[in-house]
Amino acid sequence: MQEFFHSVTLDWDKCKGCINCIKRCPTEAIRVRNKKAYIIAERCIDCGECIRVCPHHAKRATCDSLDILKNYSYTIALPAPSFMAQFNNLEDVDIVLNALIAFGFNEVYEVAKAAEIVSAATRKLMATHDLPRPVISSACPAVTRLIRVRFPGLIDHVLPLHAPIEVAARVAKREAAEKTGLPPEKIGAIFISPCPAKVTATKMPLGTDVSAVDGVVAVSDIYSKLLPLMHHDSIEYMSETGKIGLSWGSSGGECSGLINDNYLAADGIENVIRVLEDLEDEKFRDVDFIELNACSGGCVGGVLNVENPYVAKTKLYRIRKHLPVSLNHLETADLVDGDLDWDTPLEFVPVLKLDENVWEAMMKMEQVEEILQSLEGLDCGSCGAPSCRALAEDVVRGLASIDDCIFRCKNHDDVPAPFRTGGEEKGE
Amino acid sequence: MSVLKWTYEVDGTDFTRAGEASSNLKKKLRALGIPAEVIRKVSIALYEGEINMVIHADGGVITIEMSPDRIDMILADHGKGIPDIEQAMQAGWSTAADEVRSLGFGAGMGLPNMKKNSDEMRIESTVGVGTTVYMTVYINGGPKKADA
Ligand SMILES: Nc1ncnc2c1ncn2[C@@H]1O[C@H](COP(=O)(O)OP(=O)(O)OP(=O)(O)O)[C@@H](O)[C@H]1O
Ligand code: SF4
Ligand code: SF4
Ligand SMILES: [Mg+2]
Repeated sequence: MQEFFHSVTLDWDKCKGCINCIKRCPTEAIRVRNKKAYIIAERCIDCGECIRVCPHHAKRATCDSLDILKNYSYTIALPAPSFMAQFNNLEDVDIVLNALIAFGFNEVYEVAKAAEIVSAATRKLMATHDLPRPVISSACPAVTRLIRVRFPGLIDHVLPLHAPIEVAARVAKREAAEKTGLPPEKIGAIFISPCPAKVTATKMPLGTDVSAVDGVVAVSDIYSKLLPLMHHDSIEYMSETGKIGLSWGSSGGECSGLINDNYLAADGIENVIRVLEDLEDEKFRDVDFIELNACSGGCVGGVLNVENPYVAKTKLYRIRKHLPVSLNHLETADLVDGDLDWDTPLEFVPVLKLDENVWEAMMKMEQVEEILQSLEGLDCGSCGAPSCRALAEDVVRGLASIDDCIFRCKNHDDVPAPFRTGGEEKGE
Repeated sequence: MSVLKWTYEVDGTDFTRAGEASSNLKKKLRALGIPAEVIRKVSIALYEGEINMVIHADGGVITIEMSPDRIDMILADHGKGIPDIEQAMQAGWSTAADEVRSLGFGAGMGLPNMKKNSDEMRIESTVGVGTTVYMTVYINGGPKKADA
């Protein structure tokens, strides 16, 4: 089995064991034991929900520090489309791109550029009708990982193309190697990321063995350093993206690049799960493409961003308003085999099943149901598991004790008379 | 123990809850490690049956019996019954009211879909008394599906 790297981790000193996070995790990956949270590595999809909800800032995203630039002779900044929506009164993307050069990068390659190429490749692939409908976007790695652990029946529907960041890194590094004559290992492709899921996607990629991205820095780490470097005059023309590329930064943007009305876009992990459940039951009959983003609003809602997602969405609209539709096309892009297509297929990882053997699993499920009967059914989370069922499953898996339930210690006779309700007491 | 048995009450008055039984069963089958294709068939067939119980029959009771090689679904209601089962089974046949159609139901595809996604299906119905639908999906191939 593959080893698990995760960007999302816990800061033990800060965690108070408050159980705020356990119910929000879409894969029930968090447990609290002895007043500390634990993340079950094989279940976590790095969606960042727990970072968003933790009141003590104990959940964090591990990214590379800006010092990573020093490891390379030549560095390429790869800013995400949503990055352009983080600044106030920005009317020109070039201001940000120039600031990245002033900061110390040798070159900038906009991820939005690669996004336009991926849009074009998607249109071409959809036209062949080789993929089962509806096709599901593979751009949000948290969603791809969710499908991999929870929706085996939908794996075939996932678009087998690299996400724009991966395409950007591959193309940019090759072009830089040709231009500078440097060996690839001296060239660093550094992504400026809105989310931890993208960090995990580069350290432990799906669809490829090795990612071309060499480092990932958080938007929040570089943001304040760029502000003093942003100038309005005497800047170079740099940007090579149109509307479609920038649109990818918010929900619905990838769909708009398909130039086809038969699509659906959902954002926010709970909504994503609802759509995937319905999709599994074939409730959408006439949809060609489904774009799913784990974050509310799309990547503008990524936890490492600084601007409010809804404000950012408006800003993105404003910046792209006067741009041409698309500036990047498959015919003119400098691509080689493997830049776009997945090298390895997506495989189901059944982390939620009770046992390898169906018969054993059924026995265990019977035990789970028996235990569940004896629990209160309040799903209060005080035991450290997100629901009574999750505790019952943990008990059967040998990971918890039924005595972890705080109601097991309580005796009904202890209830003072005024608190007893009028009805009869339950039988012995 | 040879089978696991679950029952679900289907509330015929609350349309927004239709589909709860099939999504709950789906979670269980996933935890049991049942192949995706089997889960897909079971949840589509059960969902259509559940919707029919709500739209055409004021609800009822669903019983699921599962053993390592098969899943049996029994959907029993005390609704108005189906006068002509053969006709009801035809693709496109529907008695759904206009208000139901405006919600996107009533294409007359439910029963044909149930037939298509189950390995065995049988309907017993008496007008004025109720309807019981029996469906079976085999887990590891099972006996081959007889022609419809
Ligand atoms: N449980 C039931 N009780 C009474 N009548 C039923 C029941 N199930 C189906 N029927 C009858 O059989 C007809 C066909 O059912 P079917 O599920 O194929 O289509 P539908 O429910 O009308 O439309 P759709 O399922 O496509 O939304 C129904 O219109 C109804 O008259
Ligand atoms: S990052 Fe998401 S999946 Fe991972 S533990 Fe946090 S909430 Fe759960
Ligand atoms: S929606 Fe965008 S920002 Fe959020 S997890 Fe997915 S890729 Fe990352
Ligand atoms: Mg029907």
